[in-house]
Amino acid sequence: MASRLRKWQTEYLGRTLVTAFGLFVVVLTLGILGFLGYKGSATFIDYGHSLTEFLISSKWSPGEAGQSGSIGSAVFIIGSLEVSSLALLLATPLSLAMAIFIAEVAPQRLSTTLRSVLEIFVGIPSVVYGWIGLAVLVPFIADLFHLNFGFSVLSAALVLALMICPTITSVATDSLAATPNEYREASYALGSTRWQMIWHVKLRAAIPGILTGVVLGLARAFGEALAVAMVIGQSNRFASSLLAPTNTLTAVITANMGNTTTGSEYNDVLWSMAALLLAISLLFILLIRVISRRGQAS
Amino acid sequence: MRIKIRKTLIVLLSVFLLGFSLIGCASTSNSGANSSGTTGTQSQSSNLSGSISISGSSALYPLANNAATAFKKDNPDVSITVGGGGSGTGLNNVLAGTVDIGNSDVYATEKLAAAEAGKLVDHKVCLIGVAVIVNSDIAAKVNDLSTAQLTAIFSGKTTNWQDVGGPDEQITIVNRPSSSGTRALFVKWALGGQSDVEGDSSLQTDDSNALLATVGNTSGAIGYIAFSYLVNAGPGVAKVRIDGVDANYDNIYSNKYQIWGYEHMYTAGQPNAQTQAFLDYMTSKTMSTQAEIMGYGTISKLNAAAAASR
Repeated sequence: MASRLRKWQTEYLGRTLVTAFGLFVVVLTLGILGFLGYKGSATFIDYGHSLTEFLISSKWSPGEAGQSGSIGSAVFIIGSLEVSSLALLLATPLSLAMAIFIAEVAPQRLSTTLRSVLEIFVGIPSVVYGWIGLAVLVPFIADLFHLNFGFSVLSAALVLALMICPTITSVATDSLAATPNEYREASYALGSTRWQMIWHVKLRAAIPGILTGVVLGLARAFGEALAVAMVIGQSNRFASSLLAPTNTLTAVITANMGNTTTGSEYNDVLWSMAALLLAISLLFILLIRVISRRGQAS
Repeated sequence: MRIKIRKTLIVLLSVFLLGFSLIGCASTSNSGANSSGTTGTQSQSSNLSGSISISGSSALYPLANNAATAFKKDNPDVSITVGGGGSGTGLNNVLAGTVDIGNSDVYATEKLAAAEAGKLVDHKVCLIGVAVIVNSDIAAKVNDLSTAQLTAIFSGKTTNWQDVGGPDEQITIVNRPSSSGTRALFVKWALGGQSDVEGDSSLQTDDSNALLATVGNTSGAIGYIAFSYLVNAGPGVAKVRIDGVDANYDNIYSNKYQIWGYEHMYTAGQPNAQTQAFLDYMTSKTMSTQAEIMGYGTISKLNAAAAASR
């Protein structure tokens, strides 16, 4: 009896636990997917709005208390897209340069130090980035461009760029470091300079990994709520320039979720936005998969 | 041996975590059962005990929290938890039975469908006034705005302070989100319900403290905020008079100043004994004095015309 119990402990307990938790994660993910799909569809089923209105219209005045209004979310969708793509545009060259420096140029000691510094950077909570943005960047932008206020697409993109830079850098560094050493040797043997070796050989070999980092950064930028909400200005208008405020999907959800009641159109359209965010994130993940598969194939 | 200890630790930790998540799920249903169970037994007892949970409106939160601390001193056997989350959260929670009291800046009928609002009992505990504030660089020249001027500013027709007697400076509107209770009061009573308050371009802040900071830091900014947030406000912002009337409670009591609303504490059906006692305490004389210090108004001081206006 005792030995049986012992056997159960050593053999099956761990397996059962691990399986249980594994299944739990699967159920949780499917649950969230199903829940968001269900909650998000109420806007279209219960309140009879069309998907086109949600995606294309910019008329935003959702109803409460059983009333129905307009739910055009184009401003927020465009806002999210422009802020995160601008952040990506700013962060990618910088991250790539840093990654090359850490993986190829820097001496071993410095490279190790830089990697740990990067890890610290990845761990800084987004509220800190947002706060620094609000306290330093927003007034600076206002001064620099002689504006009344510095809340703008540019401020949000800069904060996000700073935030996703370490993510992209560390994934790109790993991927550069993981390229086989033979590539380097072969390229030197053919008489290439160090830069030619880095640019034409190593970087090309590491491209799938670098792209994965870029998409990860994009996903983080797209899903970030707090830091963006603090510096974007949350204006429900399309941004007329990079220096104008606008609003994003995540900021609208955080600003209004506490003020609306379950089952109201306002609350339901927030769920639709959440479902849209998830759908776009899934798209990004799919993109990563395709990229890394293509990388393996070549 | 060491491996065994490590394994046991892992198992214990996992069980602990799993247990935690289960407790998390169960506790909400427990508290629901408790509050309904105590209704019968507690109502005759003079010595109050049990628990009261409150959530909702962030404008009412400081007062509710203050009252809870004072109430617990008198009734040591009652435990009270007060949370914020916004008026919608308060109404949601009280309707779902997860809290005993849901705080709201607006009538439940403005947020919930009629059938759901009908299940809730309204307890008006105090008044909240909403003031129009401007950045202090404007205040020297503009200290009075007419309702018509306000409407023109917030609809984007007036975009420069010059047009209302101020300096040559662009007007920056600072709003609360369109689901905010403060915004609802402002739109209804200052702008006569005009739905577009965002002008050509306006900023928006999640909460009133952020609004105070943004108006204070942005030259040419205008916004609106509950009186309670202005009690300890710095010199960066200044109140403006509306149609020549100062934004204060005396003018609200005498029906001269219109931008105000009731603060509501909603219960699902009739409250249990300890909750009823707390609601009574909220409107007691001691609490009214405290409320006025903190920037809220007393309902009983409204004159007949002001009371009839809502």
